[in-house]
This record gives sequence, structure tokens and C-alpha cells, in this order.
Amino acid sequence: MHALPAIVLVVALIGAWELYADLSDVSPFVLPAPHAVGTALWQNADLLSANLAPTAEEVGLGILLALLLGFALGVLIHLCSILRRAVYPLAVGSQAVPVALIGVLLVFWWGFGVLPKLFVIVLICFFPVLVTTVDGLASVDPEQLKLLRTFGASRWQALRFAELPAALPAAISGARIALAVGVIGAYIAETSTATTGAYPGLGREIDADINALQTSRAYAAAVVLFLFAIACFYTLALLERRLAPWAHRSRGEVR
Amino acid sequence: MHATQSSPAAHPPPTHSPATRSPAVRVESVSRAYPGGRDGAPVKALADISLHAQTNELLAVVGPSGCGKTTLLELICALQSPDRGAIECAPAALMPQQDLLLPWLNALDNAALALRIAHVTRARARARAEELFVQLGLAGFEQAHPYELSGGMRQRVAFVRTLLSGKQLLCLDEPFGALDAITRAEMHTWLVDALCREPRTVVLVTHDVEEAVVLADRIAVLSPRPGRVVRELEVALERPRSRTDPEVVALRERALVALGQARDEA
Repeated sequence: MHALPAIVLVVALIGAWELYADLSDVSPFVLPAPHAVGTALWQNADLLSANLAPTAEEVGLGILLALLLGFALGVLIHLCSILRRAVYPLAVGSQAVPVALIGVLLVFWWGFGVLPKLFVIVLICFFPVLVTTVDGLASVDPEQLKLLRTFGASRWQALRFAELPAALPAAISGARIALAVGVIGAYIAETSTATTGAYPGLGREIDADINALQTSRAYAAAVVLFLFAIACFYTLALLERRLAPWAHRSRGEVR
Repeated sequence: MHATQSSPAAHPPPTHSPATRSPAVRVESVSRAYPGGRDGAPVKALADISLHAQTNELLAVVGPSGCGKTTLLELICALQSPDRGAIECAPAALMPQQDLLLPWLNALDNAALALRIAHVTRARARARAEELFVQLGLAGFEQAHPYELSGGMRQRVAFVRTLLSGKQLLCLDEPFGALDAITRAEMHTWLVDALCREPRTVVLVTHDVEEAVVLADRIAVLSPRPGRVVRELEVALERPRSRTDPEVVALRERALVALGQARDEA
């Protein structure tokens, strides 16, 4: 079975955690035992799923926007070397911006809704997409481009027939990397921009629970984030297989 | 119809009236060097090379590795310009050693690529490719993707793609160099048949002397770099030719001797 190694590993880790929490003198406020987290998960299922909805919306939309923005910017950078020199250093630098620094500004501009969170997630997630797209576009064999030229292909046709399809699986791989940081990006986005409403998202929920010494519920919320991230990752993997089947079937072929 | 490309300092282009039968390719005293040798001096790829091929003739160019064969084809395909000399030919289509099929397209769409680039609609491009697939014995492979095809089949699809470029002149750059011996022999038979149905002028670059003798009407033997023609051999033998035919064997020996002499002189 495909998932068996992961299940065995998770069970082993939970077992070790349970033993440590039960046998050591660590306080349940500092580290709740897995069975307590499980109980919290069960008892707070409604609250947690209500808080998952805004977080899932932020991450889903954010990854989609990051994919579009990173891909478009990658294509522009690929086509125009001046743009590459202008934009690349800024794109790298943007990854160093501490989000808390601009959180208040984002709320000042766009209020308490989803927009400031989206901005933060896109800021964090577009970068891996950009880098993998630029690399994917540049990965086309120069001989291939030469061949297209003998067929009279224009720059646009070379892009359309050879470079864009070649970059597509790379961009989606970039989105998978982005997703891994995107979920923690949602936590950062929620905790650094103010929100109103009863269900502000799992990130806010975790912060509030930590402050209220509801540690086992904070852990339960983190478990939900954990599972959500894994689900998103494999959804994107499926999408990649659907959009770019050649990238998988040609792997491992004997030439 | 004939395009002329020459550098400003070149010999005056030969004039000829359209009524006289002119060669489909004429390479006149062409030299080409690249910057960046080990000592900073330019590397001479071709030195004063002249050759020609008549319409629907198959000219094989054989020579040792690195004698500027690929440069010669890129000059004919107008991917580079000569430093000196002139090249006169119709627009040419290139078929490189790697098949360069696009992995996301099936065999039919790969073969139709040049048509699509020439703004032929997808349906019409496919129809034209399908016709050739049937004629050339590729029926049944239309929907296969490159990763599902053998090396020989991929080269066949690449050749059909070259045919469908609509160019009268084909430049084949060691097209069978990466194939095993048995597949290569099958490809020779297939290519002779394909060119019989779809006649084109072909310049075939190869380092396989036997391949040259089995396929070509004429063989130009090149010297090591900088490449120039040291010998031309006519191959006036009936097709299909067998590699074990005594005349084929004798010609192969003559070509090999010429290659050896060229190397010793260099």
C-alpha cells in the first residue's frame, strides 16, 4: 500500500509523543498528550471546521494567484532581459520582508477582510513559482529552438509551441513548494493582520488558544492545518499529472 | 525561388537565367570561423569549401568528427552566415540527430508542427500529416506520444515533420547516428522508399561511410577541421542497395581510403 510507510511513521511519532507526555513531568499546558489533542479535536470539531473555512479560502486563492503571478512574471522575465535585471533582485528581497512590519498598513489599505491575508500569502508563495518557471522556460534545448527557427517560427510561436508547455510542469512543481510554505504563510497572514468576525481562521484560533492556556485546542487546530497542507499538496500533484502527463510517463524510460 | 545569402566581401554571386537548370544547392568557396580557440585565435570550421547538389539528388557529406559538417548544414539552413564565399539554395529544412519531438504532442501533431507554425489550421495540418503517415507506413502510430515510440520510430516521425515543412531541400545531420545497427539498416531502406515517394534534394551529413554509399547519389569526403572537400565519389548503383554488394563494398573502401588520406595530410 502506497501510504503505509507514512502511516507507520506517523503512528510511531504519536506513540513517542504520548509516552513522553505521560511519563515526563512536562505540564499539559506546555505539551498536551496526543490523546488530549484527539479529545480536543473531537469536542471542538465544529469550531475548528468553521475556522478552517476562511484559512482554506486564503490558501486556495492565494496559491492560485501566486501561480498566475509567478508564471506571468516568469514569462515576462524570460522574454525581456532588462526586466530580469530589474525585477529579480526585488523578487528575492521581497522574501525577506517581515510581514508584521506591513500588517497594519495592509489593514489600513484593505480593511479586515480576506484581501490583506491574500496579499501576504501571494507575497510568500509567488517566489518559488517564479524561480521554477524561469528555469523551466530556459530548460528548452537550444537545438529545439534552432529547429523551430528553420520552420520560420516567430518568437511568440517558439514560446507557444516549445517553451510554455515545457515550463508548465516546472511552474506547478513551484506551486507545490509554495504550498508547503503557504499554509504557514496563512498563519503569519492571520496573526499579523487584524480580523473581525466569529471565525477568524485557524491561525488566529491557535494564537487565541495559546493565550487562553487552551493548549490542547491549539494543538488540535495545528493538526487540522497539518492535514490540510498534506491534502493540498497531493491535490496539486494530481493536477500536475492531469495537466502535464508527459512529465511523468517519460521519466525512467530507457533510451 | 532561389535565395542567395552571402557576406558583403564575397565573390560576386554567379548569375544564371532561370531557364538553365541550376543546382538546388551551390556552396561556393565558403569559409567560416568561430571566435574563442584555446589560444584566443579563431577556430576555423570550414576553409574554402565548395560543393553542390542537383535537384532531387542525395549528396552525402562524410568526414571525421568535428570537421565542420554541422556548421555546413547550419549555413545552408541560413542559421549562420558565411565569413567568406556564397551559398545559393532554396530555403532548407533541418533534421538534427536528436529527434527533438515535443513530448506533449502525439506523433501526428509533432509531424504537423511546421504546418502549424505556417498557420495551417490544426485540422488541415493533421489531415496532411495523416496522409503521409499512411503512405510511409506509419499508420497506427498517429496517437502515440514520443515516449511510447522506439528510437527508429521517433526518427521516422522527425523525418515526416521535415518533409511537411514544405521545403524542397532537406539537410539531415547524422539522423541515424544514435540508432543501433539493425535499426539503422531498417531506416536506410525506409528512407530510400520515402524519398522515392516524396522526392527532395537531400544533403546528408554522416560519419558512417557505409550509410553514405547505401543512400547517396554522390559522396563528398571532407578533410579534418577546417573542412574542405578532398574527394567526390559518384555512386551510380541501382537502389535498393545491399551493404554486402561487392560494388558497395568497393566504393566504401575507396571512401575510407580518401578519408584516411585526408587525415594524414592534415
